[in-house]
Amino acid sequence: MNFTELELLRATAKETIKLRLGEEPSDNYKYHVLVCGGTGCISIGCKNTLESLQESITKNNLQDQVKVVVTGCMGTCEMGPVITVFPEGYYYCRVQPEDADDIVSTHLMGGKIVERLCYHAADGSVQPRKNDMTFFKKQKRNALRNCGLINQTSIEEYIAMDGYKALAKALKQMTPQQVVDEVKKSGLRGRGGAGFPTGVKWQFVLDQQSDQKYIVCNGDEGDPGAFMDRSVLEDDPYSVIEAMTVGGYAVGASKGFAYIRLEYPRAIDHFNKALERSREIGLLGNNILGTDFCFDIEIRVGAGAFVCGEETALLASIEGRRGEPRPRPPFPAVSGLFNKPTIINNVESWASICPIIVNGAEWYASMGTEKSKGTKVFTLAGKITNTGLVEIPLGLTLREMVEDIGGGVPDGKAFKAAQTGGPSGGCIPAAYLDTPIDYENLAALGSIVGSGGMIIVDEGTCMVDLAKFYLGFTQDESCGKCTPCRIGTKRMLEILERITKGLGKEEDLDLLVELANSVKASALCGLGQTAPNPILSTLRYFRDEFEAHIKDKTCPAGVCKMPRKGLKS
Amino acid sequence: MATVTLTIDNVKLEVEQGSTILDAAKKIGINIPTLCYMKEINVIGACRICVVEVQGARALQAACVTPVTEGMVVKTNSAVVRASRKMTLELIQSNHPQECNTCLRNNNCELQALSEAMGLKEVRFVRPAQSHKKDDIDNSSPSIVRDPRKCILCRRCVAVCEKVQGIKCISTINRGFETIVAPPFNQGLNDVNCAMCGQCTLVCPTGAITEVDDTGKVWRALDDSTKHVVVQTAPAVRVAIAEEFGMEPGTVSTGKLVAALRRLGFDSVMDTDFTADLTIIEEGNEFIKRVTEGGVLPMITSCSPGWIKYIEMYYPDLLAHLSTCKSPQQMFGALAKSFYAEKKGIDPATIYSVSIMPCTAKKFEAGRDELKDSGYQDVDVVLTTRELGRMLREIGVDWESLAEEEYDAPMGLSTGAAVIFGATGGVMEAAVRTVYEVLTKEAMPNINLTPVRGMEGIKEATLKVGDLDVKVAVAHTLGNARKLLDKIRAGEADYHFIEIMCCPGGCIGGGGQPIPTNLEVRLKRIAGIYKADEELPIRKSHENPAIKAVYEEFLVEPLGEKSHKLLHTHYVPRGVYRKPEGLPDRIPSEDHH
Repeated sequence: MNFTELELLRATAKETIKLRLGEEPSDNYKYHVLVCGGTGCISIGCKNTLESLQESITKNNLQDQVKVVVTGCMGTCEMGPVITVFPEGYYYCRVQPEDADDIVSTHLMGGKIVERLCYHAADGSVQPRKNDMTFFKKQKRNALRNCGLINQTSIEEYIAMDGYKALAKALKQMTPQQVVDEVKKSGLRGRGGAGFPTGVKWQFVLDQQSDQKYIVCNGDEGDPGAFMDRSVLEDDPYSVIEAMTVGGYAVGASKGFAYIRLEYPRAIDHFNKALERSREIGLLGNNILGTDFCFDIEIRVGAGAFVCGEETALLASIEGRRGEPRPRPPFPAVSGLFNKPTIINNVESWASICPIIVNGAEWYASMGTEKSKGTKVFTLAGKITNTGLVEIPLGLTLREMVEDIGGGVPDGKAFKAAQTGGPSGGCIPAAYLDTPIDYENLAALGSIVGSGGMIIVDEGTCMVDLAKFYLGFTQDESCGKCTPCRIGTKRMLEILERITKGLGKEEDLDLLVELANSVKASALCGLGQTAPNPILSTLRYFRDEFEAHIKDKTCPAGVCKMPRKGLKS
Repeated sequence: MATVTLTIDNVKLEVEQGSTILDAAKKIGINIPTLCYMKEINVIGACRICVVEVQGARALQAACVTPVTEGMVVKTNSAVVRASRKMTLELIQSNHPQECNTCLRNNNCELQALSEAMGLKEVRFVRPAQSHKKDDIDNSSPSIVRDPRKCILCRRCVAVCEKVQGIKCISTINRGFETIVAPPFNQGLNDVNCAMCGQCTLVCPTGAITEVDDTGKVWRALDDSTKHVVVQTAPAVRVAIAEEFGMEPGTVSTGKLVAALRRLGFDSVMDTDFTADLTIIEEGNEFIKRVTEGGVLPMITSCSPGWIKYIEMYYPDLLAHLSTCKSPQQMFGALAKSFYAEKKGIDPATIYSVSIMPCTAKKFEAGRDELKDSGYQDVDVVLTTRELGRMLREIGVDWESLAEEEYDAPMGLSTGAAVIFGATGGVMEAAVRTVYEVLTKEAMPNINLTPVRGMEGIKEATLKVGDLDVKVAVAHTLGNARKLLDKIRAGEADYHFIEIMCCPGGCIGGGGQPIPTNLEVRLKRIAGIYKADEELPIRKSHENPAIKAVYEEFLVEPLGEKSHKLLHTHYVPRGVYRKPEGLPDRIPSEDHH
């Protein structure tokens, strides 16, 4: 395939999706019914809903007018199964198989919306179209641009949505240095957690002289409650494949590896299909788009170790060695996979690349805050009305996230804190709800943006118990290489277990803080260095809860089982 | 030489580019404490004891792995650094059995010493969970015991096994708190590709991997009045045993060693060096025969039991290259229960044969099925230098005031050629001294074969022996052995004779030697070995009158019928994990048995 053929394919493909883009279609379809086939909706039974819809459409002989498309995650996971009906973008929630006939007769045949299935906001108002919904209004979807809009593994639909424009532009009009400059100027920071400027990393690799360089995609997403990378890999695999190819061109690499965790079988399946399809039509392999540039990608499947999300552990795992971090320097940009210069970026970072190349660095940098540019995906979970996948311009306040997008805390309970950044992160209490979300602000509050997990906790959550949960996780996932993490996480967990059983002593808190600070300072890798954060951060804002457990032997939230009063422990 | 200027503890200094903070700090007189670090062998920054503060860095940095950079500002002594090191140590101790008094490494333990140096006064964690229990102890091997409870996961053993010996029969398995250093799938060491060399026991900072302690067996034999207990001492023991009493490495203490063994109550104290000389006669003649009659070349020495197990596992196709000579230990064992018994008029069934070896693999060798040519187990029990040290301390031997004594006849007299068996290159040098004179019937002009001495991994030499240019090679460590064997396999080795020793430096650096055994100590012991050689009146095996006597009285002739029965052996193809298909159960030597 050459540049002309790509544009021809795009033109043809675009005709088939015009209806979804609010343009006049050239075909006979009056409606596109998009059924969310994201993992959340599958688990809640969207396949049955899909079958019923298809049956009902066939029964009413509408198959020539109504096109049913299974897409990736639309974002409102808690409301699944969800469907969107285009051209207007009506959004139906919790659609059961028995609702299919109603949708077909009332909406697709009668032209009227089925109000009972529409989204009802907290104030009772009905928000029937996607564009009406407060959940979507404050979002800006770049990395998730195609999720929920296109058939997950159709390269045609991807190309119709401006897919491979970035690669074509890079190969045709840009030097490798120009590509790197564009990424640098965009201000994009690594979305996997550390937030290192992506373009700077690319420049390091571009500057290395080497017979072989590698591109790696980190798809070992492992924070509890984080699933943005899974969604991108399942729902828009080409966005990652194209970006890795652009990266290969930019730094002079001919080979890429996508490291995807074993627990994401659909992501592996879709990514594999997307790789095959890309090779089939010549967008991967030798002489891409008729140029001299050659690039291909292989999948490596992780084996269930959280630590393999750490870049040096991930590289060791790809090489077939035990997945353990090693000290840096040397950094992977200098000596990475098989000791060659390597770009390793997270899935979401990769998914953010192509729009930057197509629309320009200025466009991307116009979103976000001064030091945190662009948009970031968060997974909103916990005690929040609208659980789901959300992409916001950085700088939105926590309150907007929780109240507008998230629809507030359900059951009339009070917001207590937002836990961000997973087991490496911390919690932000209600007093800071008006803080704009960005890398600097969250760090100043003792938490992190991290990979974008955001778990809302209400007054019924015990913060000591929450810290214990995260410590249990990191303790279990510690690789065991360095002493502070291997033994330190175990000892911190033991102290927390004692406290939550009402067996804590006052000196336990001092020892816990001393140990937490020591592990943070001395562990080998990010996993260990950040493992104490859930403790340090809950202690910072909720020390009284720890003290209540220790001194009064009570759990203020009523979660921990305490010894009965009057009994000696 | 490119240099870097940095500041450590307010001292500005210039060091070579590529140095680590650990190296640089030494230059201002600060030894940053380490546990997992072994120069060039284990540089992994895992234990976090050597952490230092580097200005501008987010977290503390491990000094052992962090390269210096221009303008770097380092603090090795700040409150944060001291607190962190101490906490890390406290964490290690919280998962370490507090059994120091009854540990084989008591008073010779790096963890113990570090805890003392750091002033660790208590472990504050309450009833801390322990990652491993007594049931996890691996007692399967005749040579080495693993006690995972005492393991601090520094991985020095893993590194020495992989990088020095090229085997990697142990590595880390499981994850996190449950991590354990073990063979694959937590099998026993006896069931995997362990060469039993014991280098892991030398580098272990604690008592997590040690020799099998057989002192109890020896005490029982000594206490049994119906047993005639004989003991032999390997060449490398005499230059190391004094270290067990705090003396300088390399101190030659042959006479004191004999005296000390008599204090223990052995009925006869004789010398492996005697059978080392005998090995030279047999092996020298075997070599001459192979060269003159067209046998398999290069011929390779067979004294080192770790090496033998290694070639049986990894290069079973090359077993015909091995000399069929038993090791000196096993020659001694076979003669003790035949020649010695006959000469002394003792029922060999009542003889209990003990050997003192620098080696853990010798314990495995003594138990090999085929080494029973006297009609009994030729060697009953093997003690390492360390175990002997323990027995001698138990009875209160005062090394310094011990008077020197002489070995017992008829297997006590030996030459300088036998002593040098203890150092890498020594067997080759000893063999050359004899082969030269047997073949040329002339005195060798200079019997010091210096090209094969020293710590170089693979050494080569070519010597003129009569009309023949004899090309020899010497390798020590299994990693270096592999290089030579691959050359042989590839048909690229035009050597006539190769000496291979399993351990770095040869037997003086054996896995049963006093701890520490490091490069510096090895060099001192090697110096001791050559000093002992120089000081002996006879320095060529074929000039040993006791050897002449054993042929006259018993063996008749080198490579003769009795020699074949008692002094030569065969080898067992093992494969790495199991015997490869298509290989016979044993490799018959050209004319043995």
